[in-house]
Amino acid sequence: MAATTHIPVGLPETEALSLPSKLHDWLVTVDHKRLGILYIGTALFFFAVAGVLAALMRWQLAYPNSTFLPPEVFNRLFTMHGTTMVFLVGMPFFAGLANYLTPLMIGSRDMAFPRLNAFGYWIFLMGGLLLYFSYIAGEGLAGHGTAPDVGWFAYAPLTERAFSRGTSTDYWILSIILTGIGTTASAINVVATVISMRCKGMTLGRMPLFVWLMLVVSSMVLFILPPLTAGQIMLLLDRYLGAHFFDTQAGGSAVLWQHFFWLFGHPEVYVLMLPGFACASEIIPVFSRKPMFGRAAMIGATIGIGMLSSGVWAHHMFAVGMTTSSNIYFAVASMAVGIPTGIKIFNWLGTMYGGKIRFDTPMLFCIGFLFQFLIAGLTGVMLAVAPFDWQVTDSYFVVAHFHYVLLGGLMFTLFGSLYYWFPKATGKMLNETLGKWHFWLLVIGFHLTFDTLHFAGILGMPRRIYTYAPGRGWEALNLIASIGVIFQAAGVACLVWNIVRTLRKGEPAGNDPWDAWTLEWATTSPPPEYNFAVLPEVRSSRPLWDLKHPEDPDWRYE
Amino acid sequence: MTPTAVVGKAGALEQTSAMQQSEWVLPDRGRVGVLCLIVTEFAIFTIFVVAYIFYIGKSLTGPTPSQVLELPIWATICLLSSSITVAIAERALKANQIQRFKMWTGATILLGLEFLRNTAVEWRHLINDFHLTITTNLFGATFYSLVGLHASHVVIGLTLLLLTFTLGLRGSMQGQGRRFELLSWYWHFVDAVWVAVFTVVYVIGR
Repeated sequence: MAATTHIPVGLPETEALSLPSKLHDWLVTVDHKRLGILYIGTALFFFAVAGVLAALMRWQLAYPNSTFLPPEVFNRLFTMHGTTMVFLVGMPFFAGLANYLTPLMIGSRDMAFPRLNAFGYWIFLMGGLLLYFSYIAGEGLAGHGTAPDVGWFAYAPLTERAFSRGTSTDYWILSIILTGIGTTASAINVVATVISMRCKGMTLGRMPLFVWLMLVVSSMVLFILPPLTAGQIMLLLDRYLGAHFFDTQAGGSAVLWQHFFWLFGHPEVYVLMLPGFACASEIIPVFSRKPMFGRAAMIGATIGIGMLSSGVWAHHMFAVGMTTSSNIYFAVASMAVGIPTGIKIFNWLGTMYGGKIRFDTPMLFCIGFLFQFLIAGLTGVMLAVAPFDWQVTDSYFVVAHFHYVLLGGLMFTLFGSLYYWFPKATGKMLNETLGKWHFWLLVIGFHLTFDTLHFAGILGMPRRIYTYAPGRGWEALNLIASIGVIFQAAGVACLVWNIVRTLRKGEPAGNDPWDAWTLEWATTSPPPEYNFAVLPEVRSSRPLWDLKHPEDPDWRYE
Repeated sequence: MTPTAVVGKAGALEQTSAMQQSEWVLPDRGRVGVLCLIVTEFAIFTIFVVAYIFYIGKSLTGPTPSQVLELPIWATICLLSSSITVAIAERALKANQIQRFKMWTGATILLGLEFLRNTAVEWRHLINDFHLTITTNLFGATFYSLVGLHASHVVIGLTLLLLTFTLGLRGSMQGQGRRFELLSWYWHFVDAVWVAVFTVVYVIGR
């Protein structure tokens, strides 16, 4: 191949299609980029829906003895909020990012199984719609139109037929099984893609950290979703065929469901969180103008988290009354997770240390993530101490802790990734000013809401109560927390407005607006359907650096 | 820097690389995909097995496993030998011996059907003679769901085998050795699970 070879990177624009045929193209697409955008768009939609549910709950809790919402409606709200955020926001965000970016980053033309990919998305969407259809068709104690009201972990035997009449709980079970099938399809696809579709020279050692972390997450999904699915099948058998898996009157266990659920539920937290780490691990080096510090340690720590996370589930169950030895084991194991997580934080800090940091919006979100995730980790270690957990279990301290993880940690990196890769996906730059408004409003709102809730929890405010009496010292804290929601909503509104505005008249981004180093920036923005006209070959973990700096390429040192 | 130049240079840079000479071969994606599917199915079975073991001897009422279960030796022989027949069929297909492929796939299907027939007879016996159903006690609930989950996987495997057999009869299985190999992996997996189910239900739990 001659040094002057020019490769066409995009086909001429096809003529403008009519709206129905455009819609048809999106419906039948098997292109990983379109499916990725569908996943992320759906995740953002459900994020807004679940955000509205949360805002309604905060409104109800802003004042003591509030009558804004009846208790049965409140129960549905926290159930749907939690279920939506985990299964219809966090999981599709993972699937969307993995779908959109993995083939581009490893220099491939598509995922390993494009049709399985499309199947996964549509069955996931079916699950999401089915869950919300329960607001129309579900039946429960309160009659027609009852959404699930059993909490996002649906503890059996309380979800057995005797205690959860009607069909609302079945909507929860079936829709989550459907989304689980979709997620499993995505995970199989990501693993097969990463293992079998890498371009020439893309060894595992040179693979971008994002892809590494997605590989770990997807492998985890294969192991951790089955406990939930199996438990849900057992619950369905109990509810419809009269089996006795969780039926205490027939000798069944009241704790077995909790074990199965958290055997899924705790690793699930890392499945949600690792894609956030994956984004931070791409964004922080680029905006610090330094390669990742301790790349191998980062990969090792990720695998360590993946393995440890499956052995710590019962720290969600300290208050159930397990044996002392179980409590000690699960406390120590949970604290051990802090070690690989700490390694990661030092990886990111070490990358920023001495770097020429650019404070663009993606980086701002990642810095916010670092601070907030650190605090989330520290309260996590507190909660791992079983005696401390007994004091604050099922209190707002726990609520504040996991919102620090999932909103302060995960959502911040996901917003950062949105600003970072939006130019690649659409060819247009999101507005920086609006981005900074989004960031600061969200930071202020987030801290107003969730810092205060830690204290409400320590003062004894339990989770899932629909109202409370005055005079317990919770009033001011709850009011501040609810005021924070206004700031958070304003921040998200900035994002929505930014996206709408940018899609209509955004500045063109060019192919590589951030001067980055991974392969997705080597093709056009948006990439053509086939990604790369000629499949690239790489020799180091920063192929674009090598191309931009032929005088000092990375592969000399790796 | 234009992307054209970027990608163009990528090719140019490679000229000096020794990698161009070496082969770049990655694992087959179908194999990886089916392995992943097997892993995740295996995890589902694990949970049902755990539930079975957890509830051994915890039923409040009878009948108990030792009263009603008999070792399904014949069914086990059928299912395990079907792993051998499917392997022979796979080799025949890869060697393009379609007649042999059809014969051995047919044998595999017959063995699978015989296994299912045995399960059906066993269940009828349990339901009619011992009045053990999924609602009777914890043993019934865990037994029927674990054995039923396995049997449903046998049904899925048989459906796929029947499909390939039909395609073989119509003469359109030539060159599909790789795909049939993936199906045979699934069938081996179903057999391996039966070994675990047999051990837990009929040996340990009885």
